[in-house]
Amino acid sequence: MAKKEKIKLAFYWAATCGGCDVATLDIEEKILDVVNIADIVLWPVAMDFKYKDVEKLEPKSIDVCLYNGAVRSSEHEEIAKMLREKSKVMVAFGSCACFGGIPGLGNVANKEQIFNVAYKETPSTVNLDSVMPMTECEVAGEILTLPEFYDTVKTLDQTVDVDYYVPGCPPVVDRINDAVGIIAKYAETGELPPKGAVVAFDKTVCDECPREKEEKKLKRIYRPYEIKPDPNKCLLDQGILCMGPATRGGCGSRCPNVNMPCRGCYGPTAATPDHGAAVLSMIASILGVEEEEKMTEKEVQELVSSINDQLGIFYRFTLPASLLRRVIIK
Amino acid sequence: MDGFEPKIVGFCCNWCSYAGADLAGVSRFQYPTNIRIIRVMCSGRVTPAFVLKALAVGADGVLIAGCHPGDCHYIAGNYKTKRRVGFTKRLLEQFGVEPERLRLEWISASEGMKFAEVVRDFTDKIKELGPNPLERR
Repeated sequence: MAKKEKIKLAFYWAATCGGCDVATLDIEEKILDVVNIADIVLWPVAMDFKYKDVEKLEPKSIDVCLYNGAVRSSEHEEIAKMLREKSKVMVAFGSCACFGGIPGLGNVANKEQIFNVAYKETPSTVNLDSVMPMTECEVAGEILTLPEFYDTVKTLDQTVDVDYYVPGCPPVVDRINDAVGIIAKYAETGELPPKGAVVAFDKTVCDECPREKEEKKLKRIYRPYEIKPDPNKCLLDQGILCMGPATRGGCGSRCPNVNMPCRGCYGPTAATPDHGAAVLSMIASILGVEEEEKMTEKEVQELVSSINDQLGIFYRFTLPASLLRRVIIK
Repeated sequence: MDGFEPKIVGFCCNWCSYAGADLAGVSRFQYPTNIRIIRVMCSGRVTPAFVLKALAVGADGVLIAGCHPGDCHYIAGNYKTKRRVGFTKRLLEQFGVEPERLRLEWISASEGMKFAEVVRDFTDKIKELGPNPLERR
């Protein structure tokens, strides 16, 4: 094989659990294909490169940057902006980068509330002097600095221009392989998919889910521990709150396959900007649909009360990317 | 609040409430100009995303008006809306937005007077609530 010049690849993690980096290694021996076509210039979880090494690179000298995690602190924002400047292609990798993900649920509170819980109120915390993280402090004549913690979690594309999205918490191996295929094709031919492409399916999770589906009519919602679901029938038909009908497919319906309802990690389909509203609409339409003409206001309220935390469930992975983005704190 | 003129988005269904609004107009019933009416084919067409979008871009209140129960042109669209509005109000509360900013009313094609009254009353209520707390982002 003729020795072609290798492309340059950067990985970064921001507000994330690290699962996306682990998932990248789940592609097993294919990771060797990646190393064959690419030189890695930054990968904090796996290799010892420093930010200052990346800073020295020419603008647009990195070919592809896979950024996972939401933007929670000034460090995340700074590195996102630096990598955007240095990279030809910016990929939001994983649900946190695409929609805010689980860290995005921090948008129900602000910095002060989060710090109070984390550094004062938890029973295991002893903090008599009420020491809180500061961006700057002096210790023995030296100035020490920390990144600033923001009130609001942002998605990557609310911070910098993003070219492609690989959703999932974490993205499944097949879709990561698709992404690797796209990168390999780019290394070979320089061709890329249209900007804004999502490395997943256009249809919903239900389209891939093998369970038998009937016309949806729910009497009530069951929590997964309350019933033993029939493994062949649609979970939603059995009263378990599955977000499949409102969630983008591509995951291979991995949760319903193992008797767990879809949590919505692939986010909304292209048809709607707001995942939570789509789930709400879907659930409210099918819940209590039988004899709906007789339903009183009180019965509607009972149905509403049967789901305790709509915001937390419907926006589990997408709060920062939603239309309202965060809870208003007075 | 002095001088606060709220912006209200009104989604009216084609078959009843839009005709009701029309009747209010041809009957010369006076109602505040704060409402901006959007005609939809059915109140069931108004997904919660429409409501959230309206609030996110600066509406102070959202009115959804549809056919009376039993009268829906599409048989059951308004029943779905009734439940969706119930859920959406609870969601708005969780977001820190007063649920009273969303209102559902059944207004038939012959109820021009009711339409004018609802708009008047809703505008007053929103004036009391003050501007939409969602900061513009």
